[in-house]
Amino acid sequence: MSRHTLSVLVENKPGVLARVSALFSRRGFNIDSLAVGPTEHSDISRMTIVVNVEELPLEQVTKQLNKLVNVLKIVELDTTQSVQRELMLIKVRADADSRSHVLELVNLFRARCVDVAPDAVTIEVTGTADKLEAFVRVLEPFGIKELVQSGMVAIGRGARSITDRSLRALDRTA
Amino acid sequence: MTEQMTGAQALVRALENVGVDTVFGIPGGAILPAYDPLYDSTKVRHVLVRHEQGAGHAAEGYAQATGRVGVCMATSGPGATNLVTPIADAYMDSVPIVAITGQVASASIGTDAFQEADISGITMPITKHNFLVTDAADIPRTIVEAFHIASTGRPGPVLVDISKDALQAMTTFVWPVTMLLPGYRPVTRPHSKQIREAARLIAEAHRPVLYVGGGVHKARAATQLRELAELTGIPVITTLTARGSFPDSHPQHLGMPGMHGTVAAVGSLQRSDLIIALGARFDDRVTGRLDTFAPHAKIVHADIDPAEISKNRHADVPIVGDCREVLTDLIAAVKAEGRKGDYAQWWQALNALKQTYALGYETFEDGSLAPQYVLERLSSIVGPDAYYVAGVGQHQMWAAQFIGYENPGTFINSGGLGTMGFAVPAAMGVKMGAPDSVVWAIDGDGCFQMTNQELATCALEGVPIKVAVINNGNLGMVRQWQTLFYDQRYSNTNLQSTRRIPDFVKLAEAYGCVGLRCERPEDVDATIQKAMEINDAPVVVDFVVHEDAMVWPMVAAGTSNDEIKYARDMAPKWEHED
Repeated sequence: MSRHTLSVLVENKPGVLARVSALFSRRGFNIDSLAVGPTEHSDISRMTIVVNVEELPLEQVTKQLNKLVNVLKIVELDTTQSVQRELMLIKVRADADSRSHVLELVNLFRARCVDVAPDAVTIEVTGTADKLEAFVRVLEPFGIKELVQSGMVAIGRGARSITDRSLRALDRTA
Repeated sequence: MTEQMTGAQALVRALENVGVDTVFGIPGGAILPAYDPLYDSTKVRHVLVRHEQGAGHAAEGYAQATGRVGVCMATSGPGATNLVTPIADAYMDSVPIVAITGQVASASIGTDAFQEADISGITMPITKHNFLVTDAADIPRTIVEAFHIASTGRPGPVLVDISKDALQAMTTFVWPVTMLLPGYRPVTRPHSKQIREAARLIAEAHRPVLYVGGGVHKARAATQLRELAELTGIPVITTLTARGSFPDSHPQHLGMPGMHGTVAAVGSLQRSDLIIALGARFDDRVTGRLDTFAPHAKIVHADIDPAEISKNRHADVPIVGDCREVLTDLIAAVKAEGRKGDYAQWWQALNALKQTYALGYETFEDGSLAPQYVLERLSSIVGPDAYYVAGVGQHQMWAAQFIGYENPGTFINSGGLGTMGFAVPAAMGVKMGAPDSVVWAIDGDGCFQMTNQELATCALEGVPIKVAVINNGNLGMVRQWQTLFYDQRYSNTNLQSTRRIPDFVKLAEAYGCVGLRCERPEDVDATIQKAMEINDAPVVVDFVVHEDAMVWPMVAAGTSNDEIKYARDMAPKWEHED
């Protein structure tokens, strides 16, 4: 099995997320992570889906996704040819004694403190899955009280955009 | 054109404008507003069925007989959920239907209101696409989009769920409408490079076979198929959904492949060095155990749905396109290629299989009726110009095996989903779509008891279908598996229909049909002839047959096609072919 990152441009309509996620479960594919949000075009949403599958099932899942009427375009993003980020918010135990140690790690990982309480701090950190994992590991000794993580978002490197042509398709029908 | 009207009126007008002439359905609370303007329509005939499942299968039958989109209508909640089976059936067999359902008022959606069901959510995995409409202004465009999606590309069912308030609201009806489907672009033109590659493989092959599926008739490509077959001399096999796409009487036809296919057809796949799959999907009932399927064959796979290609079996030459265009291009490419394959040895082997293992069946010495004999006689007397509509089970397989099909689309049955109860309502839809043709439903006593309420619809609406109930008193196919694989422990398969509970003749009469019964071989011809003479009422014939008749040949589920048996414990000998 290997991880693949799919960028899926979909029409910004109710129920599209349900169609996409239902398709994955019906066809027996596991989603590692899914993030969805608006794009620079108000009629288009973009999903970043990370799946853990072999090459052949990946081809099948891409073809099945393409059959969904609300799906405009699917691009597989190569890890080396794209920027991939996840966002994590972590609440760590930190009192007067340990706070400076925690803050030192925050700086090392280029993370940010977004909330401070007498016995805890909340940290915002972005990065690749590996970086976030490493960050969690170094914070664990202090005591992680709560953790929340976004799905991965990714974008291709270079000047080219995957939305250009899909926008033209939308304009034609408008 | 613009005009003020209600959403319901806009719905009926849009249906008229896209060419709908027949709708099968049942009214109810949420869809009531639509039934009022439908009452006035002079262009749309509404057929009041007795159960929504009947409406769905009738729409499927109508679609398959006419090549146009079939339409069914139901109310919210249970009305809509009763459509789920025919929608799933149409999805599996790629039948273009549009299901229109009423939904509770948009303000009540999500509140568990009376007769509320999330039918668009429920049918998401079994529709090609579906819509929930809550604004009257969206109704005409949605109807146009629904018909476009259902009928183009790989056909399939589309559901349009409309909230009651959208049906009641006033709106401005604008026509024509512009579709908003930027993500829907079916590919129909095949790639010329792949076509040339396919032609090259055909010329180089020694043991090729044309594996023809339902997509060939859906593309109305039987003429082109015949031209390619005769041009190349390649043997042809037709799947359950393709019976008739190539004439059974043609010497190049080897019959049906699959679990109950002919030895020649199954053997041809297993021994072939090239399979040209046309509008077929390598279904598990055709391939048997996949890892032993056609081990020496290269695969040319043409289908309009890219997701079917290499789904089950890797395609060496993938061709995405409409089968008629694929075949037309392939004929030209084969001619351009010039070289002709030499299949003389291949044909020698195949003809030996065909002759040695021709379809046959067991007769019974106690004078009781063999079901296969009924189908054989039906085929001879009724002929190949009629439509035959089967349910699911033994009778369906015998209908596929023992009726001679010469014309594409004349065998209509539930293939992929295997829906018992398909035959009677589907036959009603076929007869309404092809009123001048003779339509025989071939049903089992199990299937028949699932949907025979539509006989009332047939009788009242003047739809004189004929029903041959192959009555062995059992869920015959399940019983066959119990005979073969469960030590003859007949758990819950004996329906005791042969004890005349119910009495199918009386049942037919109760429904305003003519009921006939036939229990002996010598009466079969006269009974069929009598049924053929009645044209002013539906006819039900109760053919009481022996319960021990079995469907052969058989590839047991989960085993290899190489394990085919042409009778119990009788494996064909392959060696003499080489």
